[in-house]
Amino acid sequence: MAQKTVLFAKHVECGAKMVDFHGWDMPLNYGSQIEEHHNVRQDAGMFDVSHMTIVDLQGPNTRNFLRYLLANDVNKLTVPGKALYSGMLNEAGGVIDDLIVYFLTEDFFRLVVNSATRENDLAWINKQAAAFNVTVTERPEFAMIAVQGPQAKAKVATLLTEEQKAAVAGMKPFFGVQAGSLFIATTGYTGEDGYEISLPNEEAADFWQKLLDAGVKPAGLGARDTLRLEAGMNLYGQDMDETVSPLAANMGWTIAWEPSDRNFIGRAALEQQKAAGTMKLVGLVMEQKGVLRHGQKVVTEGGEGEITSGTFSPTLGFSIAMARVPASTGDTAEVDIRGKLVQVKVVKPNFVRMGKKVI
Amino acid sequence: MSNIPNDLKYATSHEWVRDEGNGVYTVGITEHAQDLLGDMVFVELPDVGDVVAQGDDVAVAESVKAASDIYAPVSGEIVAVNDALNDSPELVNSAPYGDGWMFQVKVSDESELAGLLDADGYQSVVDSE
Repeated sequence: MAQKTVLFAKHVECGAKMVDFHGWDMPLNYGSQIEEHHNVRQDAGMFDVSHMTIVDLQGPNTRNFLRYLLANDVNKLTVPGKALYSGMLNEAGGVIDDLIVYFLTEDFFRLVVNSATRENDLAWINKQAAAFNVTVTERPEFAMIAVQGPQAKAKVATLLTEEQKAAVAGMKPFFGVQAGSLFIATTGYTGEDGYEISLPNEEAADFWQKLLDAGVKPAGLGARDTLRLEAGMNLYGQDMDETVSPLAANMGWTIAWEPSDRNFIGRAALEQQKAAGTMKLVGLVMEQKGVLRHGQKVVTEGGEGEITSGTFSPTLGFSIAMARVPASTGDTAEVDIRGKLVQVKVVKPNFVRMGKKVI
Repeated sequence: MSNIPNDLKYATSHEWVRDEGNGVYTVGITEHAQDLLGDMVFVELPDVGDVVAQGDDVAVAESVKAASDIYAPVSGEIVAVNDALNDSPELVNSAPYGDGWMFQVKVSDESELAGLLDADGYQSVVDSE
C-alpha cells in the first residue's frame, strides 16, 4: 500500500491524476502537465514535496562529520541559514544520493534528501555518524511545499505575518530560515525563483488551500520533471546513482578538492577517476520532430553513450535531453530513435533559467 | 469514467473508427488512450495515398510520457490526414473524437469492420486494464 502525504485529499480535490512514485501516491498532473509547466515558468505553481526526507543532525561535532560525509565542503557555509548542494558518495566514489544541507547553528545542520533513497541514506548516515557522536533525527512530522515561479515569492508573501515577511526580506538564493512554524528556503528544482517551505503536517492542507486562494496553481510530478530537466538539474536514479561517479554526472562542481587534506568518503576513488578520465554528462538538443527519451543510445565518434533523461521541452518547443557520453564528444552526436539515427546538438546541460532560453 | 461514444467502432489497441459513408472511415485514438498518454507533443501521420493493412503501425503519437504507435484498424488507402495536428497536437487531448482525429481510410475490405468492437466491447477492454 502506497504512502500518502498529508496533502493527498487536497490533490484529489484539485483533480489530480495520482501515480505511484517510489512507494508514494503522488500527483502526476492535475489535467495538463504542459499548462502546469508554463504556469511555473510564467507565474507561480506549487508542488507537494512532502515525500522528501528531512534529516536533522545535531551535536558539537556535526560540521566535522559533514566534512567527512559529503563531497562538497560544509566549511563553505559560514552564515547561519546558508545551504549547499552536495553528493553523498560511497567509498567507490558512486553517488548514494544528492542532497541539500542547511547550516542552522554550529551544532545543528539540516539535510533534505530524496525519498526514493530514504532507507539507504538513513542507514548510511547513521552508520557514519556513530564515530562523531552526531544525533540523526528524521523529521516526518513536516510536510513540504515548493512554490516556484516569477510570482511565487509575491504570492507567498500574502500568506505571511509581518514577522515572517521580515525574516525572508532580502533572502539570497540557497538560504533557509525558520519563521514562525514555517521553515522557508530559497531553493527549488525548476530554475525559477521561489521557496521550498517545510511546515508541520497539521498545517499543510490549510496552507495549500491559502496558496490556491492566492492564485498559486498546483503542478504535478510530470511538470516537475520537465522543469528540472530544462534547468539542467539531475534526477537521482536516472542521471546518476551508486554506480556513477559525480564526475560523469555533471557534478564535478560539487566536489570540493581543496583543502587537499580534507578526507571525505569517496575522495581516494574520485582522485583515481579524475586521473583516469570519465564519461561526461552533456545536454542534447533536437530541433526537428520527435522526443528524446531515457535509455536511447547516443552514437559519437569516440564511442557510444546513453540518454539518461529526455523530454519534450514545453518552453523551447522541441526536445532536450541529458546524456552520458565519451569525454571526447564534440558539438554533435547521433541518437538512435526507434531504429533511426537522428543528428542532435551537444550543449551544456542547462537549457532554461528564470524563464529564459540559455542555449 | 472515460467517454466511449456509441456510434463508433473500436480496436483493442485504442483506436476509434467512424463511418463517413462511401467506404471512408475516420480514425483517431480514444479518450482513454489520450488520458493514458498525457499531453500530446507531436503526431506523426501517414501520407495520403499510403496503402495500409489492418494492424500496420501507420502513425506515432508522441506525448510527454511516451511514443506510442497508432495501428490501422482497417485495411485500405489513406485518403486524408489531419494536418491541424502538426501545429496543434493537443487537439488529440482536448477533442479525441472530434478535431483530434488522425486520418481517413478508404477501406478495401468492409468485412474487417465486423471484427472491431462496439462501445460495450471496448468498455470491457478498458475495464480489464
